[in-house]
Amino acid sequence: MIELKNITKSFNGKEVLKNISAVFEQGKINLVIGASGHGKSVLMRTMVGLIRVDKGDILYDNRILDFENYEKLKEIRRDIGMLFQSSALFNSSNVEENVEFPLKMFTNMTKEERLARVNFCLKSVHLENVNKKFPAEISGGMKKRVGIARAIALDIKYLFCDEPNSGLDPITSRVIDELIKEITEKFKITTVINTHDMKTVLDIGENIIFIYKGEKWWNGTNEMVRNTENKELKDFINASLV
Amino acid sequence: MSFFFHFGRYLLFLKSMFSKPEKTNVFIKRIFAEMVAIGIGSLPIVILVSVFQGAVTTIQTAYQLITPLIPKPTIGTVVSDSTILELAPTITSLVLAGKIGSHIASEIGTMRINEEIDALEVMGINSSSFLGLPKIISGMVMVPVLVIISIFLSEAGGIVAGQLSGALTADEFIQGARMTFKLFTLQFSLIKAFTYGFIITSVSCFHGYYTFGGALEVGESSTKAVVYSSVLILLSDYLLAELLL
Ligand SMILES: Nc1ncnc2c1ncn2[C@@H]1O[C@H](COP(=O)(O)OP(=O)(O)OP(=O)(O)O)[C@@H](O)[C@H]1O
Ligand SMILES: [Mg+2]
Repeated sequence: MIELKNITKSFNGKEVLKNISAVFEQGKINLVIGASGHGKSVLMRTMVGLIRVDKGDILYDNRILDFENYEKLKEIRRDIGMLFQSSALFNSSNVEENVEFPLKMFTNMTKEERLARVNFCLKSVHLENVNKKFPAEISGGMKKRVGIARAIALDIKYLFCDEPNSGLDPITSRVIDELIKEITEKFKITTVINTHDMKTVLDIGENIIFIYKGEKWWNGTNEMVRNTENKELKDFINASLV
Repeated sequence: MSFFFHFGRYLLFLKSMFSKPEKTNVFIKRIFAEMVAIGIGSLPIVILVSVFQGAVTTIQTAYQLITPLIPKPTIGTVVSDSTILELAPTITSLVLAGKIGSHIASEIGTMRINEEIDALEVMGINSSSFLGLPKIISGMVMVPVLVIISIFLSEAGGIVAGQLSGALTADEFIQGARMTFKLFTLQFSLIKAFTYGFIITSVSCFHGYYTFGGALEVGESSTKAVVYSSVLILLSDYLLAELLL
């Protein structure tokens, strides 16, 4: 479980996150939704400690994310897997090396064990026979999947995905959604996804946080989203359904 | 103001680098890979620059000292001393600042804008240390090695040019070079090379690491890396001479 308490963040005097408090539950798909530029990525980046908050606390199962204590911060990060909006694969390494990298850094597995794990992860994201390809040689959707495979290579407790479906076709999007759901439930991970894909919201969203102009505007389940009376949320949903 | 800001950030960057590596064997492998990249990668340019530098210095010194009053081996003395003391370490390092510096800054800068550095951080890896430290260590080892190679090749270039132009024979050159040779000159030269190796790699890592924006900014970082390391090389050249000679 991840808890946010009164998170506030400004860039050059402009408040991008306004006093956000929220709870992201374990074993569930937690979605952060909202229009472009309203602060979803900034929120996710503060949660993993890439952006320093101006005010507020972030708690990972009661462990506080301390920006001052780098060793403690790294300790929490060992339990985190993240898929970036841009995939952020290591461009000078091939697919296999990308997924193998966290294993190399944090386990004492032998080369064979690592390769077995890499192939298992790649298989879970339905990628086969691309081990030796470089990021520049694969499509955007494949990069996202390699990104997920890399994020889940180690046994993680928290999974962050920044727009896992953007730029993917509807079929692959559903595959990714199902995949994330499966991983979340199987390993009891706390999963946080940024998205504006309404299909994802309705299909797999169990705890949904709607961000509007940097504020937490609405919070509920996918059942509640359908019949919400909240005007901004309704507009947001309708815009993507027509 | 901005100078102090950047200098402070540079010191903090260096400080952040000195932490225990996440995985020692990966760290050592990275050092060796960087040594190959910096050392072997720079060899052709160092060879080219050194040989010509030695040859040209010899011919020009001979041209300036063309009087029967000065014995010919003196040319060898002048060329050899200035090569060891100044030309080989400083000129080679300035060339290396251009070659290694721009490469390091653009490599790390591209990783920054591509969010690869963020990805490393989120994995729980100290990115400045992981990316920077192996390069700095390799720089401090390999630049002196390249400078030693450069000294030998410059002298060789000088000998050949002296012989070909008829200014002085190989024997005269070597005799002259030996006449005033002091071990400290060589040590001083290597102290310089060691310092320059640190300057080139650390300054370039710093500029790459603090790249923000896109491809254009990567280019800018790379230019800054070369300019700042060159200026710092010249500055420390002066300071070292002042301090140690
Ligand atoms: N490093 C930064 N410096 C200054 N402003 C920033 C920075 N990062 C983000 N912002 C601003 O914060 C706001 C929120 O951006 P953010 O990337 O979080 O949007 P988003 O909700 O993720 O949008 P999208 O759906 O397009 O990804 C934007 O107005 C952006 O300009
Ligand atoms: Mg975003």
